[in-house]
Amino acid sequence: MSSKLAKIEKRTAYLLILPSVLLVFSIILFPIFSNIWISFKNVELKDLRIPEPRAKKLVKSIKDNPNQIKIIYKLRNSSLTQEITNVKFKDKYPDNIEPISLNNKCQFKSNLLKCELGNWPKKYRENLEIIFQNTNNQEISKKELKSYKPKLSGKSQNILLTYEFTLNNFKKVIKDKAFIDLLSTTFYYTFFGTIGAIVFGILAAQMVNQKFFGRTFMRSVLLFPYVAPVVALAYTWELLLDPTSGTLNNLLINYQIIDGPINLLGQKYVTLNILGFDFKLRLALTTVIIFEIWRYFPLAFLFILARLQAVPKELYEAADVDGANPIQKFLNITLPQILAVISILFMIRFIWNFNKFEDIFLLTGGASGTRTLPINVYQQGFSIGDIGMGSAVSIVIVVFLLIFMFIYFKLLGKRADEN
Amino acid sequence: MKIKNILTYCFISSLFLFSLICIWKILVTLQGIELINFNFNKLFIFGIILCVINLLIGKKFNLNIKLIILALLFSTFDYFISINLPIWYSFGIFLISLFFFNTIKNYDKNFLSKNHSSQKLFFNFLTLFGITLFSFVILFPFYMMLVTSFKTQALLLLNPLDFSINFAQGLPELFKSYFIVFKDYNFGRYMLTSTIVSLGTVIITLIFAIPAAYAVARLNFFGKNFLSTSILIIYLFPAIVLVIPLYTIFSQLGLRNSIEGLLIVYTATTLPVAIYMLQGYFKSIPKELEEAGIIDGQNWLGIIFKIILPLSLPAISSVALYVFMIAWNEFLFSLMFLDRPNTFTLSRAIQFLNVGAETPRQYLMAGSVVVTLPILIIFVYFEKYLVSGLTAGSVKG
Repeated sequence: MSSKLAKIEKRTAYLLILPSVLLVFSIILFPIFSNIWISFKNVELKDLRIPEPRAKKLVKSIKDNPNQIKIIYKLRNSSLTQEITNVKFKDKYPDNIEPISLNNKCQFKSNLLKCELGNWPKKYRENLEIIFQNTNNQEISKKELKSYKPKLSGKSQNILLTYEFTLNNFKKVIKDKAFIDLLSTTFYYTFFGTIGAIVFGILAAQMVNQKFFGRTFMRSVLLFPYVAPVVALAYTWELLLDPTSGTLNNLLINYQIIDGPINLLGQKYVTLNILGFDFKLRLALTTVIIFEIWRYFPLAFLFILARLQAVPKELYEAADVDGANPIQKFLNITLPQILAVISILFMIRFIWNFNKFEDIFLLTGGASGTRTLPINVYQQGFSIGDIGMGSAVSIVIVVFLLIFMFIYFKLLGKRADEN
Repeated sequence: MKIKNILTYCFISSLFLFSLICIWKILVTLQGIELINFNFNKLFIFGIILCVINLLIGKKFNLNIKLIILALLFSTFDYFISINLPIWYSFGIFLISLFFFNTIKNYDKNFLSKNHSSQKLFFNFLTLFGITLFSFVILFPFYMMLVTSFKTQALLLLNPLDFSINFAQGLPELFKSYFIVFKDYNFGRYMLTSTIVSLGTVIITLIFAIPAAYAVARLNFFGKNFLSTSILIIYLFPAIVLVIPLYTIFSQLGLRNSIEGLLIVYTATTLPVAIYMLQGYFKSIPKELEEAGIIDGQNWLGIIFKIILPLSLPAISSVALYVFMIAWNEFLFSLMFLDRPNTFTLSRAIQFLNVGAETPRQYLMAGSVVVTLPILIIFVYFEKYLVSGLTAGSVKG
């Protein structure tokens, strides 16, 4: 009896999870695996269009002979790169006409014309002219003739489904001189974006954890940058930082803090002189990181605040009795309590910042030294149009991602063991 | 009383006052008023003097009178060193100094002679300063977005620092950019698309996720542990590695430029987190309730609909709001899949505006307000639910 129940339970469970598993499998897992397939292929954006045989129908009357009419089909292969084999043509006509002469490819049968047009090489063009005459002396209606659309079909090779593979994409990715630069930019962006967000998250959480007027309001406000759509925020920042008419530059110039406008999003390097040493700071990248911190510190804030509120008050009271100062209290009580949250937060944010696309894309488009791996996927795949290369870069991302995840789950497991 | 404490007190207090004044001055400048100097030296030294006076007076007479007098002194001083400024500017200075002296009224000789008082002081001021600065830095871009949408191109180029709203021009003139955005740039249509896509994603995700989450939370089956760990792993895979294969597949299936295609992708990408959040909640519902249901002769569907769903409405609403937010704000897939204006979502439409020929910035900002405002209103109104959704689902971002 109980085994029967267990069986029913099992069957119900599979039934309940099946739709979700299928959907996630086809839209998330299947694409990740097909990335591997595509990355070993030489595919370009223009190859994705399936070649189609196309026909344009022109109807012309013949001078001095109202009983006859000429139809011209302008036939072409839509693809510039691939041939279409076994093209078939079909069209329909009014009842009262029939063709005068037909070549051997075509057949006319009860107002249907069928043709076998053979193989069309790439860029193929041909005109098919047929003259019709009416059978019952009624006028041939051009309108009716035009209302029928010819139907064509043909077979073409789908480049994605062939078994030709190449290692060129990966060779190109690794041999690219900019690859090291690409990696270092990505890590620079990821690391400082994550650290910055966490530091500001801690600061904000410490602030809001105290009692003051308007505290709940403050908590909502702090989450605004995370909740609002990235498109709107990125463009607002772009206006804010604009060198000529942007608010920030004008404000700084107005208060004589800087002499001339700084193109914060368009300048790759800025040389800073600190204590007689010249530092080359990657300006656009730094700006993008600041935007990143501004947008994602709320999340760190939310996490850390939740943890802070769970820290027992007695700990602080005991510290007060011992005469600890605020810095000691922070270092010895608060920090150890939130360390676990911070390390998990760091890993998760690191993974997500590593894959962040929208923010940089909208702010700089990857120009002036802000090209990271995800931006490169887009540029290779869609700006240059080399889908295979884009996929190869995606694979590089996935490999890094798997390494990070491995570390993350190790960390998570260790934490679970400790508790 | 330690000399070090007194020095820190004077220095930090005056610096704090000065930074508050700076923020106020920046705000005033942004109303289009010409103001080119922070007057750091004079204000800072006068601030120190007033702090010392505050300390010397101590509690000798009524605290309220003391703080009003000090605030008046400070604002009069500021009035004399700055020229030609409107009266509301000085009134603002007065209110700020009132707030400031109210903060420091408790710092008397007693307080300063205690241990760690300089550190305490420092952190108190840091908190106050932090709150002001954080609010300013966070709210300013939103404020700028809103005000820019009320301006005209000519005004914006004439004085980029003028962020005042001119109400005298009348409402139709004020909201002109919005009329144009909705009429000429078709934003009504995009808004409808965005709404349909977001609501559709929420509904489909819930339909898929609730049964699956129930199964993961309650039922025993082979591969259950594997499934619940893979949910988290799958969730960590970013959109950018899916985009090329999905683009190629969708182009060949003709699903690009269709709302259906977008719905499928959004649902699939939000499904793991929805299941993850819901199963956590379902586990917290007492099992006895379901057992009672079984005794009453309910089947699994009955249990889900009559027992689990009514009990987990809060969790479901937070999942729904979170998914809605993700779908509404989503950009990457809408950029990749939509290139015909008749299928644009709001985010995609705004990006199209920016990339396309010189769109005046007030229209761009009006569009940005149109996409931001609904989500902020929803957020503020349902904050409790969304915050718990954010916390649970914030592995993603």
